[in-house]
Amino acid sequence: MIKNGRVIDPANGVDKKCDVLIVDGKVAEVGKIKKPVGTVIDATGKLVTPGLIDIHVHFREPGDEEEETIASGSAAAVAAGFTSVVCMPNTNPPIENETDVEYIHRKGRQTRKTHVYTMGAITKGREGVELAEMGFMAEAGAVGFTDDGNGVQNPAVMLRALKYAAMFDKVIAQHCQDNSFAGSGVMNAGYYSTILGLPGMDALAEEAMLWRDIQLVKKTSVRYHAQHISTAGAVELIRAAKKSSLPVTCEVTPHHLLLTEEYCAEYDTNYKVSPPLRTAKDIEVLKGAIKEGLVDALVTDHAPHLQSEKELEFLAAPFGIASLECALGLYVKTLIEPGVLDWPGLIRLMTEGPAKVIGIDKGTLGKGKQGDVTIIDPDAKYKIDVNKFRSKSRNCPYNGWTVTGKVEKTIVGGEIRFSVNDL
Amino acid sequence: MKEKRQDKQFVWNRKHLLSLRELSAEEITYILDTAKGFEEISTRSVKKAPPLRGKVVVNLFFEDSTRTRNSFTLAASRLSADVIEFTEKGSSVAKGETLLDTARNLEAMGVDIVVIRHSAGGAPKLLSRSIKACVVNAGDGFCEHPTQGLLDVHTIRKIKGSLKGLKIAIVGDISHSRVARSDMWAMTKLGAEVVFVGPPTLMPSQVGRLPVKVSYSLDDIIEKVDVINMLRIQFERLGGNPFPSVREYSHYFGLTVERMKRAKPDILVMHPGPINRGLEMESEVADGEHSVILEQVKNGLAVRMAVLFLVNQAAALGD
Repeated sequence: MIKNGRVIDPANGVDKKCDVLIVDGKVAEVGKIKKPVGTVIDATGKLVTPGLIDIHVHFREPGDEEEETIASGSAAAVAAGFTSVVCMPNTNPPIENETDVEYIHRKGRQTRKTHVYTMGAITKGREGVELAEMGFMAEAGAVGFTDDGNGVQNPAVMLRALKYAAMFDKVIAQHCQDNSFAGSGVMNAGYYSTILGLPGMDALAEEAMLWRDIQLVKKTSVRYHAQHISTAGAVELIRAAKKSSLPVTCEVTPHHLLLTEEYCAEYDTNYKVSPPLRTAKDIEVLKGAIKEGLVDALVTDHAPHLQSEKELEFLAAPFGIASLECALGLYVKTLIEPGVLDWPGLIRLMTEGPAKVIGIDKGTLGKGKQGDVTIIDPDAKYKIDVNKFRSKSRNCPYNGWTVTGKVEKTIVGGEIRFSVNDL
Repeated sequence: MKEKRQDKQFVWNRKHLLSLRELSAEEITYILDTAKGFEEISTRSVKKAPPLRGKVVVNLFFEDSTRTRNSFTLAASRLSADVIEFTEKGSSVAKGETLLDTARNLEAMGVDIVVIRHSAGGAPKLLSRSIKACVVNAGDGFCEHPTQGLLDVHTIRKIKGSLKGLKIAIVGDISHSRVARSDMWAMTKLGAEVVFVGPPTLMPSQVGRLPVKVSYSLDDIIEKVDVINMLRIQFERLGGNPFPSVREYSHYFGLTVERMKRAKPDILVMHPGPINRGLEMESEVADGEHSVILEQVKNGLAVRMAVLFLVNQAAALGD
């Protein structure tokens, strides 16, 4: 039983000071509970929310276990308040059949931290040519499909994937990047790529593919999710698609809300990410989109990499930012502090919103739902220190930033899996 | 009064030369003035001076180069340094050893100055953050080629006296040119007006935010400029098909004898070399009376001596 917290459950329109009772791993009651039962957690002055959900993480297993494992990634996730995560299939080898999906699930269960879901690849080897076994993967519990890291380049292949997916009611997610525009780019194409002498990725690369995909969705009516959108033009396309009531959703990362291309000026590879960091104007438009309700989910795109890889030339270093463990504080900084969202608005995009995108029965404190709860101290200020990360990687450009909003406890299926006092 | 004069005394304090973008006009001028002092050494019968005696300079070249590498080697030896040649083709990843590992190995051998050429923009910066030795950029990707920029302004300054108010055209593949970028920074900082000339497909992203003018027509600007720098078409860097054919490119952007007839009588014709004769420039122009191409090579030596001398001096001050 969690008592006296400010319970925020956007899915049920709840935002009030009360108690939450969890019995046998399920939510039994939300309200004033007179008689305390079992373990009592005092949440006075804290926020009590449905367990947070991140539908875009890279846990690198199988294949790159020195960067991250499902165990280390899951430990990081619960410490950040996430009770469910969705792994991307761009592992080595990629997740492209039911055995691969089951492997991820088994590792997740064995770790006993957060619920670990996975998406499967759309195409074999993520090569964009032949469809992967979506049916078998769906049966094994994959929550969607994506070739993340690559966009599906060939429009006919993408159309085939969307058509085929109509059998399973799973979402097709896309890393929107047209390689004929993006080429060998390593950062946003613009003034900074010009003076730094680095090949650029034009915003068009993202927008052209998103535009194309929306035309394909019109033909197929299959659920489509635009991953980590980063440009003002992409927002415009999403707005139009939603206006036409197409089944299109989208997500935004903290780095595309906090960092601009200018951060690449010193060739610090911790700012090398795909899609690349854009401009202040893009950030403004993305925030506007969030305020307007056009964005369905906030995701980290947690992409851990080894120090030795990130020590390479900017041109050669891998793309990615590891930000899972400081996500909440970053969202508070970029969305709550400037007044883009209030707490219920933020929690919605970290619970109900993402759960709906992937179609899982989570992200709410409704009666009988799984007892996944996150307790947040909204006023706790702290300094981000990468050396304290449970993640195996340190490629986090926010090291040393001071943020507000800290996870106190993470409860998964009624079990306390993280407590700030455990440190 | 005395104290004031001391304040004004310029002190060079950079132990790395990474880019011209970060230098002030005063710093650039200081290098050029220092270079002037070194020119005399090349006229002696014994072409050596002692300032780098006992120092080790490594030429760390990850890209093909003949003149820049030889020029640095010669500059270092004229200053009495020991020179190691380290030539490695391909990127660090392909080779299996990272750039930083290579550099740390060299450092363990006691290298004082690393002259680096690399295909990745920012590689010299990465190096300078990670090792104690001085780092001199000899060309990084299509970011900068600072000593080329310096020798270009040195050449112009020696002939024209000053760059102030001069109109300078840089013609060709601007988007992939480190020379164009270094020239732009040096020339504009010294007061010249620079115009980039080339097809729109060879202009970099947001070129309008750079301190230059842009023209797509060599014919429009040929009469107006005091200096014209013809870039080499770098076939190895061109991606895709930015212009339909070499013939069409030459038609619009080649410096021909015909076009030269409309140029100012005292125009200087420059080229960073090596020239594709008949492509960006006709042979008669390259070898003609306005050409200062060989002057550039000669001045390159003095400028590189000045740079090696100054970074070494700054490192000594720092210690």
